Amino acid sequence: MNNKKIVLGVIGADVHAVGNKILAYAFDNAGFQVINLGVMVSQEEYIKAAIETGADAILVSSLYGHGELDCRGLREKCEESGIGDILLYVGGNLVVGKTPFEEVKKKFIDMGFNRVYPPGTLPDVSIRDLKNDLGVID
Amino acid sequence: MEAVLLIDFGSTYTKVTAVDLENKAIIGTSKAFTTIESDICEGLDNALDNLKSKCSDLTVKEMFACSSAAGGLRMVAIGLVPDLTAEAAKRAALSAGAKVMKVFSYELNESEAEEIDDIRPDIILLTGGTDGGNREVILHNAKMLASLKTTAPIIIAGNKSVQEKVADILCEKEITICENVMPELDVLNIESARLAIREVFLKRIVYAKGLSKVNKLIEGIIMPTPSAVLKAAKLLGEGTDNQKGIGELIVADVGGATTDIHSIAKGLPSKGGVLLKGLPEPFVKRTVEGDLGVRYSADALVGSCGVEELLKRIDLDKSQIEEYQQLIKRNPGFITDDDEIFEKFDFGLAALAVKNAVDRHVGRIETHYTPFGATYVQTGKDLTTVRNIIGTGGPIINCKRAKDVLKESLFDPVEPSILKPMRGKIFIDSKYIFAAMGLLAVKYPDIALTIMKKDIKLILEVN
Repeated sequence: MNNKKIVLGVIGADVHAVGNKILAYAFDNAGFQVINLGVMVSQEEYIKAAIETGADAILVSSLYGHGELDCRGLREKCEESGIGDILLYVGGNLVVGKTPFEEVKKKFIDMGFNRVYPPGTLPDVSIRDLKNDLGVID
Repeated sequence: MEAVLLIDFGSTYTKVTAVDLENKAIIGTSKAFTTIESDICEGLDNALDNLKSKCSDLTVKEMFACSSAAGGLRMVAIGLVPDLTAEAAKRAALSAGAKVMKVFSYELNESEAEEIDDIRPDIILLTGGTDGGNREVILHNAKMLASLKTTAPIIIAGNKSVQEKVADILCEKEITICENVMPELDVLNIESARLAIREVFLKRIVYAKGLSKVNKLIEGIIMPTPSAVLKAAKLLGEGTDNQKGIGELIVADVGGATTDIHSIAKGLPSKGGVLLKGLPEPFVKRTVEGDLGVRYSADALVGSCGVEELLKRIDLDKSQIEEYQQLIKRNPGFITDDDEIFEKFDFGLAALAVKNAVDRHVGRIETHYTPFGATYVQTGKDLTTVRNIIGTGGPIINCKRAKDVLKESLFDPVEPSILKPMRGKIFIDSKYIFAAMGLLAVKYPDIALTIMKKDIKLILEVN
């Protein structure tokens, strides 16, 4: 238990439930308190959940290729809602087509995300990053 | 004959129902004007005299009472995010039978704080933050409440991590601490708050409203009237250990000021592959529509539903509707038996009240088109498979076309996303005993159930 709270979900009209469950399981096992919103989560739902639970990070998954559209404006809305400093992670199949990942990453970093992960990233990688970013000592 | 008396102190009438325990039957009912300004016992005595003139050999064994007099149990609820803790707080208050005057969310500002003083609530329910979640907002709101004039008892049901701090800030007020209404996100936990509201109501509100004068006569049970109705509904649906209930049900209670809908049903998706969204729904759920009453709120009802909707149901013209709206406004107690136009108008109002209140009570299903085809998302309760609908409240009981009024609670193919019952049995509480049976159920659930099964009449079966 590290007492850090994360809000997790699959954004937009995306219904990939399996990956979501795996992530929830992995982060929970790593000692985080996971607030899993499941699939088809809107930006507003992530933010409301983060406010009410006092979460430390929002983790967004997207697999159906519309991630860019769905994620745009999330950081701004966080700022507007008084949680502008919250950590924002995003990962998955974020754009349609074969754009090099470096370009995709830049796009999402510019949108205000703190970390961006390509498809196939293992949960361990983002767990390690999150622990670093939140100063969790194992 | 030995009888149990069940008393309902309403704002206008004090109603008394006498029950013969041995024969499990209603002996008689009567009503008299409530006299809360002078001495509430006066109205009660008048109603009792009425009853005794009908059945002279009555001896009273026990008395139980419920009350909606002096505005009922007036509450304000305060939460953090409107769809989350603020909604949970509202549901807790409604399930305790309160009249929720207003729900506040986020940090209260000065004018909202003043508004609370103006509302003069009987109880304030203060929530906000999941356990271990946001602390700042509930602390801020506690400070705002501490600075107010109000002496209303405050029930604290927020983030457990700061409950004590909140209590310290409010130390000069009368406070009760109970479990968080939303300990984790999307987990509704309203039972503890509901019990706390009930306790405070018994301990304090009953006295404040002058009902303590009758307290000596009564076995101690006084509850808000909607709470009694909810108890009766639950009993009728679920049954007791010895007797089966009639199964999942909806109660539509139309009144002059509000229309209450109660559902005793799980409300889970009736079809496969439907995703659920939003707060989990309580099995015993009450919603109250303050703009859908047929007397005090008749103007609001016509306003929110539209004159066109009224015209669809009755063959009057706009000027006639306006005329009768004015008539009711001037005289909210107006009742007549020999005015055909008024009868039509009244039917229209009751029908619209039932339609819209049930629409708002039940859940919705939405179709979302994703790159992988259509997905279905349900918010609220799916009541399409509920098979029992019960109508109560004067405007339904006294209406000659009660069947048509209650048919409005059924599924409408024109609005397929509104999850109302597809078919079922329609009953009417023709003797107006629902609240009384809820009271009786506190001590004699089996007898209350037997009487309800006998006296709540089936009027229509829709297949």
